[in-house]
Amino acid sequence: MRLQLSPEDQSFREEMRTFFTREFPESIRDAVKAHRELTRDQIVESQRVLNKAGLAVPHWPVEYGGHDWTPLQRHIWHEEMQAAYVPAPLAFNTSMVGPVIAAFGTQEQKDRFLPATANLDIWWCQGFSEPEAGSDLASLRTSAVREGDEFVVNGQKTWTTLGQHADWIFCLVRTDPHAVKKQRGISFLLFPMDSPGVTLRPIELLDGGHEVNEVFFEDVRVPAENLVGEENRGWDYAKFLLGNERVGVAPVGHVKRLVAEAKRHAGEITVGDSTLLADPLLAARIAELENDLLSLELTALRVVANSADGKPHPASSVLKLRGTELQQAATELLVDVAGPDSLASFATEGSDVPEWARVVTPQYLNFRKASIYGGSNEVQRTIIAGTILGL
Amino acid sequence: MDFSYDNEQTALREAVAGLLTKAYGGDERRTVTRSEPGFDEATWGRLAEMGVLGLPFAEADGGMGAGPVEVALVATEMGKVLAPEPFVETVVLAGGLIAALGTETQRTELLTAIAEGTSIVVLAHAEPGLRWSPSAGSVTAEQSGDSWTLTGVKEPVPHGARADSFVVSARTADGATQLFLVGGDAEGLTRTGYRTHDGGRAARVAFAGTPAELLGEAGGDRTADVERALAMARIAYANESVGAMDTALAMTSEYLTTRKQFGVTLNKFQALTFRAADMYVSLELARSIALWATMVADAGGDVVLAADRARLTTSRAGRHIGKEAIQLHGGIGVTAEYKVGHYTSRLTAIDHQLGDGDWALGRLAAGVAGHESVDPLS
Repeated sequence: MRLQLSPEDQSFREEMRTFFTREFPESIRDAVKAHRELTRDQIVESQRVLNKAGLAVPHWPVEYGGHDWTPLQRHIWHEEMQAAYVPAPLAFNTSMVGPVIAAFGTQEQKDRFLPATANLDIWWCQGFSEPEAGSDLASLRTSAVREGDEFVVNGQKTWTTLGQHADWIFCLVRTDPHAVKKQRGISFLLFPMDSPGVTLRPIELLDGGHEVNEVFFEDVRVPAENLVGEENRGWDYAKFLLGNERVGVAPVGHVKRLVAEAKRHAGEITVGDSTLLADPLLAARIAELENDLLSLELTALRVVANSADGKPHPASSVLKLRGTELQQAATELLVDVAGPDSLASFATEGSDVPEWARVVTPQYLNFRKASIYGGSNEVQRTIIAGTILGL
Repeated sequence: MDFSYDNEQTALREAVAGLLTKAYGGDERRTVTRSEPGFDEATWGRLAEMGVLGLPFAEADGGMGAGPVEVALVATEMGKVLAPEPFVETVVLAGGLIAALGTETQRTELLTAIAEGTSIVVLAHAEPGLRWSPSAGSVTAEQSGDSWTLTGVKEPVPHGARADSFVVSARTADGATQLFLVGGDAEGLTRTGYRTHDGGRAARVAFAGTPAELLGEAGGDRTADVERALAMARIAYANESVGAMDTALAMTSEYLTTRKQFGVTLNKFQALTFRAADMYVSLELARSIALWATMVADAGGDVVLAADRARLTTSRAGRHIGKEAIQLHGGIGVTAEYKVGHYTSRLTAIDHQLGDGDWALGRLAAGVAGHESVDPLS
């Protein structure tokens, strides 16, 4: 047992920190710091800067831009990125479809899609959830019928995050409606969002933002060469993808930033002769959150330190569950620090309420999503009870 | 950053686990804790033979020259079976103070005796109303020439009736906290022992002009030394409580898969399995922070702060897991015949031994403005 990073990991950490804080565009980091919504161009620029530095897809195979990093080094990369307010590479590209294509795609698909996916020349969106298939994803109904060398797709997807920016969609479709097990009749298809028959309807969220969409398919014709892997094996690829989605989902760096920000503001708010931060109840709440976060970060480190053999550590299921709880607790803390100022949510530039206090409530409301997406926290409890405790 | 045990540590863990499972794998603990001295002298002797009782002491003092990691893994194994032997009390707490402050003669004599299992030494520090202060309260030390006498009451003193000798904290005329050694047969010493709710033993120990020997050299105030020793013990207890939580959850999971109601085993009820899943989350988070605090101690870091952090999280987890373990078992969990409730009782005792979760939180809250965020690697 050893607390310190090895000298190699220490210098790796320094290298990451230096790049993210010195060489990454300041304007984008400032926007993240101020909780401003990033434009499409900023997200693309951000990922291209990372990709140029070889830091967009470290977990991919080396021949497609990945690195032979240890799980701990990947963790350090992710943490330093978050700590420096650098937006993470677009998850749909780098954590979801990229690894699926790299693992199960044809050589042609790899050559065609992987470099463009890493560089965000193609923006991907995810076509998984449907109105009647949320946590029970395998009951999805969007159909794809083979006609010659094409699939004809009909149906509807929902919660399609940033679909309005997307060039392509990776989509789970039902290709065998008669399969005995519903998981066995699903395939994994790729097609452009501007294919005839694709329409997109924005869903406005509680925070007033346009983050997710409904996507409708009406006789969308998809070349059969855009099928990933084998027909009717799409569920296996989706499970592989969701496994990647859950790994590294503990947003430790993000929560740390939020708590540090709450402390900074609380230290500047005067209450009587003192500051809000000196209020014993608030100080205790922050201290407890910091300790909870410390134990989460340490659990994440245990997981990465012990998963070198490729098998996930059992405690990894704790990360999503607890990580999102703490993320939500931190966003709630910021609203409470803002107090009455938090009501000025949609105030415009002329407002005397500081910008940070105007965005905290929409952020809090938006982050209720965290315990729902990526396998809801109830799904995580089911996994823990079933696969770890044997219940 | 490495959370794994090396080969020697793994071997030690297996040996200790083997010894303790043999001693307490069945219903032995109930018999042992119902008769005096509340632990098994033979098991204590076997721990000594294995070198466990001298683990953290320097080889020159009769010890094994090991460190906090070895201590932690022993404490964890003891927690798993609720071994009632006073390992933390004697080796970590009293032994730790003697090792840190004792003169060469004191170290050689007392630490060798502890390591060999021939002497139980405990710290008599708590006083009614003192609430986990690192300073002595109303017990006073009076100097006359080169000799000292103590007057006042210490309570509850763990294993105070059985102890062969004591390390006692007391206030000197100038208000400073000093530490003294007192033999169990010292003049003017009265002890009244009793059972504690977790099957342990404690005592009221009264001093009436009792002759005492200064621990270490004269001078200074020993509050910071006591604080440090208490922190090391808190870290050991954090590991012990993780062991206890581990077993409490394992017993609960086992029970849910075997106990039938409404014609099905209890694990068919999601209301119960979700609560067990939450217990697992608490356990793993507590384990992480207990291991981290152990590594901070091993690396010579800020043990007082690390111990407070471990105390807070393991206190919360211990209460959560202890209470849920009983609830998910149902009525049987509240009986003395069945084991699981004893885990809750022990976790409750550990929680209040050297400072509970809210107490630790108060200390952490006082320092919250002093850092931007917490970095476990620094």
